[in-house]
Amino acid sequence: MTDLASAAAIAAAVRSGETTAAAVLETHLARIDEREGEIHAFNLVLADDARRAAAEIDRRIADGIDVGPLAGVPIALKDNLTTRGIPTTCSSRILEGWRPPYDATVVERVVAAGAIAVGKTNLDEFAMGSSTENSAFGPTRNPHDTSRVPGGSSGGSAAAVAAGFAPLSLGSDTGGSIRQPAALCGVVGVKPTYGLVSRYGLIAFASSLDQVGPFANTVEDAALLLDVIAGHDPRDSTSIPGPITPVTPVLSDGVAGLRIGLVTELMGAGIDPDVAARVHAAAEALAAAGAEVAEASVPAVTYGLSAYYLIAPAEASSNLSRYDGVRYGLRVDAPTTGEMMTATRTAGFGDEVKRRIMLGTYALSAGYYDAYYGKALKVRTLIERDFAAAYQHFDLLLSPTSPTTAFELGAKTADPLTMYLNDICTIPTNLVGHAAVSVPFGVGDDGLPVGVQVLAPALAEPTMFRAAAVLEEAAR
Amino acid sequence: MIEFTSAPSDAPPIISPTTGDAWELVVGLEVHCELATVTKLFCSCPNQFGDVPNTNVCPVCLGLPGSLPVLNRQVATFAMTLGRALHCRVEPSVFARKNYFYPDMPKDYQVTQFDQPTNIDGFIDLPDGLRVGIERAHIEEDTGKNSHLTNTAGGGGGRIHNADYSLIDYNRAGVPLVEIVGRPDIHTSDQAKAYVDELRAILLATGVSDAKMEEGSMRADANVSVRRVGDATLGKRCEIKNVNSLRSLGRAIDHEALRQIDLLENGEVVMQETRHWDEDAGRTRSGRSKEDADDYRYFQEPDLVPLVPSAEEVAAIDAALPMLPAQRRQRLAEAAGVAPESVALHVAKGLDDLAHAAIVAGADPDRVLTHTEHNLPADGAAGLDPVLLTRLVALELDGSLTATQAKTVLADMVTTGRDPESIAQEHGFEAMDTGDLEGIVDGVIAANPDEWATFVELDPSDKRTKKLTGFFTGAIMKATQGKADGRIVNTLLAERRASH
Repeated sequence: MTDLASAAAIAAAVRSGETTAAAVLETHLARIDEREGEIHAFNLVLADDARRAAAEIDRRIADGIDVGPLAGVPIALKDNLTTRGIPTTCSSRILEGWRPPYDATVVERVVAAGAIAVGKTNLDEFAMGSSTENSAFGPTRNPHDTSRVPGGSSGGSAAAVAAGFAPLSLGSDTGGSIRQPAALCGVVGVKPTYGLVSRYGLIAFASSLDQVGPFANTVEDAALLLDVIAGHDPRDSTSIPGPITPVTPVLSDGVAGLRIGLVTELMGAGIDPDVAARVHAAAEALAAAGAEVAEASVPAVTYGLSAYYLIAPAEASSNLSRYDGVRYGLRVDAPTTGEMMTATRTAGFGDEVKRRIMLGTYALSAGYYDAYYGKALKVRTLIERDFAAAYQHFDLLLSPTSPTTAFELGAKTADPLTMYLNDICTIPTNLVGHAAVSVPFGVGDDGLPVGVQVLAPALAEPTMFRAAAVLEEAAR
Repeated sequence: MIEFTSAPSDAPPIISPTTGDAWELVVGLEVHCELATVTKLFCSCPNQFGDVPNTNVCPVCLGLPGSLPVLNRQVATFAMTLGRALHCRVEPSVFARKNYFYPDMPKDYQVTQFDQPTNIDGFIDLPDGLRVGIERAHIEEDTGKNSHLTNTAGGGGGRIHNADYSLIDYNRAGVPLVEIVGRPDIHTSDQAKAYVDELRAILLATGVSDAKMEEGSMRADANVSVRRVGDATLGKRCEIKNVNSLRSLGRAIDHEALRQIDLLENGEVVMQETRHWDEDAGRTRSGRSKEDADDYRYFQEPDLVPLVPSAEEVAAIDAALPMLPAQRRQRLAEAAGVAPESVALHVAKGLDDLAHAAIVAGADPDRVLTHTEHNLPADGAAGLDPVLLTRLVALELDGSLTATQAKTVLADMVTTGRDPESIAQEHGFEAMDTGDLEGIVDGVIAANPDEWATFVELDPSDKRTKKLTGFFTGAIMKATQGKADGRIVNTLLAERRASH
């Protein structure tokens, strides 16, 4: 077994006794030791906790207990997922010192499936950003080229998998925060259907858009992790009730007969030609595997970015109100309660967070609501309508994940709008609550990874994963 | 937000003490009541008053990062029950966030309902016949509770401005509330009190709240404005808060009306603002002005799904509704052949079931209502067997017992549960022989010749007639040790007076 074995292989080997969870963990901790200094994927490495958990897994296996499908698999957790007794920062100063008294549902589920949490990964503060440069604790670097960003906001989780720190990680995707860094780091990243995975314990950025999802080196591993975390959670009112269809059993079903549409609106201006070329190649690969591939039109997606930058900040302005210095986290003392709140928030939030709180506050204000937030909701409905129309003719849609490959650190920090354009292809999926996956598909002219995005209607993850598996095979 | 209109009322106007001008008072009440559910609105913490601070809390009601609300179904049922009791339509509703910073609010927004509340468009019928419209009755979460304290004794006074520090108890955070927004159909402070009283009776009857104003589980805010009688447009209103009892509510409204009238008559304007009632000073004080109040930035709560009750659910709630105070008044009034207003007290005392059953069983309504109004306590008498009450009233009517004796027997019936006949026998109550009574009447007349001379000369409409009637009746009753039948005494007195 190599130190970069897949999660599926590790779990099988640990369960069969071919190796131990402890040995697997040490291999990965050694890799972290070796490269974490230059990558900075983690806000916190949980070496001691992980060693205890691995020993426990090994003990239970020795006792003949089935420890679950992720037996002994190291997993990295985005640092906006609550972990009981372990600092959870959202890469923000404002949560300084806070230790949640509870685990996120997804954390409970991966641990219950036998996974070993190895650390909390870096992110753009409160998941607001596309490069992980907005972290209060410094940027994460792309393992393929450390002068470049890993994408964001789940840059730490993407980099951790790409660097071999863990075969699996969890991220969150509000407008592309799993798929875009997956593309830039050359790994698989999944944004599940809204409500498929519990948000309980995911610290909210924009509640109607946020969704937890997996990162992995392979499509199979991503499927394995998705099947573990998906499913109804009574603690999340927006969680989809009823049983879910697992994706793992259909991975090798192929795409023969599937109708797949290449979204023309996401292939034009702003998309680098080498990225577009890889998407066309992916379309050809799918056709070669028996899919019917044609051009598809989803006209309203061109308004997605504008609608998103009203809806997401509006929700964020409300979600982030609770960081007021009264109950937990940072407090900057001042003579009155109001002044204390202002001082705390001024010191505790970074520029991008403040920018979005102000944007969102404005969009919801009396006299502006109809023109901004209200209109954005209407656009959201239009995009839903256009997707529904497209899915009359297609089972799946195809587009780039990111318009470019990984860019240099600092290249886009001066101009927020340029940074926002990174998510032009990923945002529409969040606005309509659908599923999408980014699959590595070769490299661009600069030799850096390119991801292609497969989009699917709500709860069509099984079909989506069939296409992802075909693309992965074709890219080999 | 809400367009206030109010039809002219036939309630008496307020006469300005300085100018003598007639003013009309317009009041709309907003009442918050805590629902008596087992657990809180969005989590499973106990909904309990008076526990050790910050013990009934969890990540959800503390609004900890990552926590999410889940609607307590009992809250939905209670809220819809109240809505139906207020004759509202139950509509599909959505939750909204009301955003403002305040330390007792864990998330710095309150989950409430905004443009799509659970209950809309109902009314409350008051005992005197006034119908007060209900705009809406919506679900929302309560806040925690601040205590503002000082390091030095005697300072601070519980106000945030001069406190050295504050403590916050989040036990109340996330407790379910229903806010009942009444239309401005109220035109006197008595009507306002009657409205809150009636609402309280409805809350208790349906069991959705313990409705204790003193403990804060029911809180009334009054929107008060005045206009000159005949004016069509409403005056600027002030919202009066911090009213902790019915009495305070009446005082606060009366005070505020006179304050506004005084301002307007002096050519000044009423500022639209929140004012706090100061019970000790007997006046309202300016709070924050509505002009620079927060913009609450309401938007749909994305962490919750709409509350969409099925027709079956609403039908089940209707079927389970208990009889409401207005229905009880109607039922008793019809049985007794009197106006509903006149039986309000019987219903308020919880004795209407007893009175109604006795009347239906054939007891004299007048005697029954006299007993339930004057001779029976609110506590302990509700369990009285109506058949026994019916028999007691029959004994009175056939002259076996005098009114005074019946009252004594009734008291024993409540404490012992025994039948009136045996109690009367035990007390030795027998109807006095009319011949004996006539002798006593004549004796009393003879003993008070001056009073009698005055009495017979008086015109029956003279005020003193009533007084002297009482004098003679009282003296005769005393002489018979209460055994005389008051009606016969009156008849005998009238006969002697006429034959004078």
